[in-house]
Amino acid sequence: MTDVLLKTEAIYKEFSGVPVLKGIDLEIVRGEVLGIIGENGAGKSTLMKILGGIYTPTSGQISFEGRPVTIREPSDAKKLGISLIPQEFNLVKDLTVYDNIFLGSEIRQRNGLLDKKTMMARTKSLLEELEVTIRPDERIDRLSAAEKQMVEISKAVAMDAKLLIMDEPTTVLTQYEIDILYRLMHRLKRQGVTIIYISHKLKEVKAICDRVMVLRDGEVICLEPIDKLSIYQMAERMVGRELSQIFPKKERAGTEPVLTVQNLTVPGVLENISFELNKGEILGLAGLVGAGRTEVAETIMGIRKHTAGEIILNGARLEIASPEDAVAAGISYLSEDRQGSGILTGFNVVDNITLVSLRAYCDYAIDLINSKRQRAAAQQHVERFNIKTQGLDTRLEFLSGGNQQKVSLAKSIDPQPIVLIADEPTRGVDVSAKQEIYRFIKSLADMGLSCLFISSEQEEIVGMCHRVLVMKEGRMMGVLSGDEISEAEIMFLATGVRETETLHE
Amino acid sequence: MSSNALTANFKKFNYEKYASLIALVVLFIISSILSPYFLQVQNILNILRQVSYTGIIALGMTFVIISGGIDLSVGSVAAFVGAVGIIALNYFLPIVGNEYIAVTIGIVVALLMGSLAGALNGFMITRGKIAPFIVTLGTMAIFRSLSLFIGNAGEVRSDSNLFGNFGMNSVLFLPVPVFVMLVLAAVLSVMLNQTRYGRYLCAVGSNARVAAYSAVNVDRIKFLAYTLIGLTVGISATLLSSRFNAVSTSNMGMFFELDAIAAVIIGGTPMTGGRGTIWGTVIGAIILGVINNMLNMLGVSPYLQGTVKGIVIIGAVYIQRQRA
Ligand SMILES: Nc1ncnc2c1ncn2[C@@H]1O[C@H](COP(=O)(O)OP(=O)(O)OP(=O)(O)O)[C@@H](O)[C@H]1O
Ligand SMILES: [Mg+2]
Repeated sequence: MTDVLLKTEAIYKEFSGVPVLKGIDLEIVRGEVLGIIGENGAGKSTLMKILGGIYTPTSGQISFEGRPVTIREPSDAKKLGISLIPQEFNLVKDLTVYDNIFLGSEIRQRNGLLDKKTMMARTKSLLEELEVTIRPDERIDRLSAAEKQMVEISKAVAMDAKLLIMDEPTTVLTQYEIDILYRLMHRLKRQGVTIIYISHKLKEVKAICDRVMVLRDGEVICLEPIDKLSIYQMAERMVGRELSQIFPKKERAGTEPVLTVQNLTVPGVLENISFELNKGEILGLAGLVGAGRTEVAETIMGIRKHTAGEIILNGARLEIASPEDAVAAGISYLSEDRQGSGILTGFNVVDNITLVSLRAYCDYAIDLINSKRQRAAAQQHVERFNIKTQGLDTRLEFLSGGNQQKVSLAKSIDPQPIVLIADEPTRGVDVSAKQEIYRFIKSLADMGLSCLFISSEQEEIVGMCHRVLVMKEGRMMGVLSGDEISEAEIMFLATGVRETETLHE
Repeated sequence: MSSNALTANFKKFNYEKYASLIALVVLFIISSILSPYFLQVQNILNILRQVSYTGIIALGMTFVIISGGIDLSVGSVAAFVGAVGIIALNYFLPIVGNEYIAVTIGIVVALLMGSLAGALNGFMITRGKIAPFIVTLGTMAIFRSLSLFIGNAGEVRSDSNLFGNFGMNSVLFLPVPVFVMLVLAAVLSVMLNQTRYGRYLCAVGSNARVAAYSAVNVDRIKFLAYTLIGLTVGISATLLSSRFNAVSTSNMGMFFELDAIAAVIIGGTPMTGGRGTIWGTVIGAIILGVINNMLNMLGVSPYLQGTVKGIVIIGAVYIQRQRA
């Protein structure tokens, strides 16, 4: 007899009449790591939110440790011992790291006041286990996306849960942090914690999970031990058809520099960053979390002020004080922090896609929006990226994470920039959509767009980029080009250690 | 299933968009049953005139609330610019010797001063990075005290009969203030829903950080919203001072901020910002007026009218929360 921790029977979920989950039967064995994969909008997050008490199912039954349970609110899930790392950060941005980790389960002193010292200390040890150097009393809105992700993980682990659900925890992490996360997961598993792991990075699923469940259009396609399926088979089951070559063939890039960055310095953040981005070139920016990749992008966009250095576009020196200036000059930015700085969840699909480029859709002196033209443009993007939405007027909060990401990408290319800075452009999108995005960025590059490509997925950097600039702690460690570009070489520059030496114990 | 989807759509559609309109219709029906006098044209026009002064300000308040802010200073600013406008009128009347020109100067001065006061609020909020609540609480005190000072806590009376007349005239059978409110609402509604500025305003209120990353000049958008509400305060103050041909510096504009905010909220614009509706605000203002009118006709003590108003405001927000 296997020891079933959680069982779901015929779980149905509809949103205003549209079915999203169509009868999910699932048994999770105590102590296993169950991988769940599926296309964007397949219903993965919805199922997890049901287990976490954020949604209630339209119909169906859940039992936990053999007893039928109803999970109406997140606090019910917490009482059972289910803890959820949501796909979108759920942190209070004005509170400190330790406040967030212990939110709702604060440790108190005997006199009833908060025991800050203990909470700080526990936070410190949790963060140390994840090998991140964040101060426990740092405020959340000062953290990068990866650091926020680490805080979310610590928060879930701090609860000592029986079932730990991780909804795409690695989208903004690099291999180095992912390895740390794996070690943590192994330790939890040894302690008997059951883990549900959702990811679009199939290699990870293969490496860490015991069993894998494939979800398509709200139905379970298969549930198998991990060694029964190859990565390739997993991808095929997900999309329901054969997949071709993921990365498009690289063409030769131009040689005339479009964007030149010279000695860019932001005290304490960036030091003497210099590079040239050529016409039609895709230049990768690699490095570990905290290496300063996003900071380079934000400085070029005028979000951070630089104390020294120059930014030159097509021969003209730019004075960029804000994203408004950068966009006017022809530089566009796709932010890594989707919900924090990328999209407006309260806006619909059309209004999001055309937010940056709105000027182009306006007529007359009073800037009257031509909604017909605007909708036509949005419709094109929806079709090109296969954005799954009920309609163009659907608010983004009702789209799945991957589909929100596609909208975010569409929004950044709609102004038809000369230079696109893409920070984690495929964050949380499924394999076939990734393929689409790669092809699209490449076709833009072939037509002369220059792209600064930031990604924590080295496979992606290797597959897409003509040259790769590797950073560490705000400094440039080296530039790789052509055949030199490999995951091992990037890792060597990013950590200063040869892979064979230490990384895999 | 499709019929299911249809009813779901139907519910959402009706409720979200027309809740305040439905409330108004229901209120109309109840009122006309309770009092036969209610539906008389003169009574309706009276209600509209009464709500138009704060209604005009509420239009500007809608923009400010959508941007994620608030303006508490509107009542004090109304008293101040009303007084300054009349003082300017009285000053120029003997100089230019033409009543029309003098009245025009008075009105222009009032509108300019209103916009300036709003711009001052906007400047401190965006450049000074001080919370709107604090800034406008401060200017609420400042402008009230300034208007008491220039009017010696008494009345500032205009020397022109023409000024006292224009606000009492009718355009297309509508009292001037009502006409102004409706025209302004039409313009601002287009501005909110169909222009780039309106879209940016919603973006700023929705998530200022995302807006900034999306190349929106957040400070400029906010600044303009406060300047705009200042202009609406100037318009309202002009119409109101024309009604009495005077400004009572201690009374004018008292609790205008409450009425304006209430109209916006009852109309269906959420306090959290990011979206809103101008015509909803007009309806919200009329709802408040109809309730007042009913309570008067039913002989309810005027002291209790505030209680009813309070209940309506809280109820409206409660319903909104249920929706979200
Ligand atoms: N609150 C909601 N209201 C309406 N529809 C919703 C809501 N939440 C999700 N949906 C819809 O349900 C479907 C499944 O969404 P879900 O977030 O579960 O997908 P997912 O498998 O997690 O995708 P991704 O890989 O992109 O994260 C999507 O088509 C989405 O549009
Ligand atoms: Mg999801």
